[in-house]
Amino acid sequence: MTSAAQNIIEEFNFLEGSNKLELLLEFSEALPELEARFGEHPELLERVEECQSPVFIAVEGNADRVSLHFSAPREAPTTRGFASILNSALNNHSAEQILGLSDDYPSMLGLDSLISPLRVRGMRGMLARIKRKTAELIDQK
Amino acid sequence: MDNQSKIAQYSDPDVLVTTDWLTSNLSKVIAVESNEDILLYDTGHIEGAVKLDWHTELNHPLRRDYLEGAAFAALMDSKGIGRDDTVVLYGDRSNWWATYAFWVFKLFGHENVHLLDGGRAKWIADGGALTTDKPQTTSSSYPVVERNDTEIRAFRDEVLSHIGQPLVDVRSPEEYSGERLHMPDFPNEGATRGGHIPTAASIPWSRAVQADETFRPLNELEELYFSNTGFNRESDFIAYCRIGERSSHSWFVLKYLLGVKNVRNYDGSWTEWGNLVGAPIATGSNPGSAV
Repeated sequence: MTSAAQNIIEEFNFLEGSNKLELLLEFSEALPELEARFGEHPELLERVEECQSPVFIAVEGNADRVSLHFSAPREAPTTRGFASILNSALNNHSAEQILGLSDDYPSMLGLDSLISPLRVRGMRGMLARIKRKTAELIDQK
Repeated sequence: MDNQSKIAQYSDPDVLVTTDWLTSNLSKVIAVESNEDILLYDTGHIEGAVKLDWHTELNHPLRRDYLEGAAFAALMDSKGIGRDDTVVLYGDRSNWWATYAFWVFKLFGHENVHLLDGGRAKWIADGGALTTDKPQTTSSSYPVVERNDTEIRAFRDEVLSHIGQPLVDVRSPEEYSGERLHMPDFPNEGATRGGHIPTAASIPWSRAVQADETFRPLNELEELYFSNTGFNRESDFIAYCRIGERSSHSWFVLKYLLGVKNVRNYDGSWTEWGNLVGAPIATGSNPGSAV
């Protein structure tokens, strides 16, 4: 697991109850704006069907350094928060590091009792798609 | 037709309030926001509104059930809601979760509960202000009132004996037919079989709302729930969905907007029925027959 991914788990598990949700809200606010070029080329983005809100991802780069891009609406702060966590944990890491992140990572944040299971599964869907697109990226090279 | 005259046509027009009304009466009521996205309130809400979290606050911690009287009273105390206070509920996604909270308030017989027509989206569209300031709440010693499950809540055995009578499945057409076990765009939440309760009519909940998330006018609702089904106001209705949230919305429409005398929400819904040993189901787009 990347040290960034590990730090996020520790941060969440250090906090209790509503403080965890506040941290998730902070992540949601910190999600970088999608680069303008994606607005002109929406075909570069893939919809995360597992999420309740319209979330799109793009995965670019090479095996040594993979860059992630997310688009999630402001009216869906929980989903944005999940996207932002994955962005902080994985962006600009190697393909090997991304593929090495456990599929159970979303459950390690300890949010299951606070957030509906549907939501947490949405984050698992996001992670699964990031990993699949990363695998496709290195296969092409 | 403006929103106020549309509301005046409903069976119980007092139950719905407009954004204009809420703006003028905000100091006299307790606004309660209940959203599908539980972080949304924290990004900004109506001034003075308190947050009600459907996922962590309304359910019994150890049983698949709702809170009991003492826990509901404690919850109301924590929100600063007194038994005689006027509550106005609103939320995201066309008031989907706000109507669910409304139904729970009614299980405890809270008298003065209203719904903001169009919910959060309409408030914002009409230029309503949002704040991130959280209100100070003071307990008003809410009395312990036991839940009344007999009038507006249906249980599985009652549903079984109700097959053949007005039963409304408010899920998506794909969930109704059994093609999928969960809402489009939502992951599966655990039912072993797909389909619907035999003889249930398919009326997806969201057909009751317009593009601006306010309810459809009376004549359109009558067509949707009565003309298309052969049911009427005198019918004894049961509505269900997946866990009872979307069907709270349809329950609200049937009871308060259309004036159906007896309408119950089956909160066990498909996550119970679709897993229940021995329970009959029907598949495909036809209601199927009672066996």
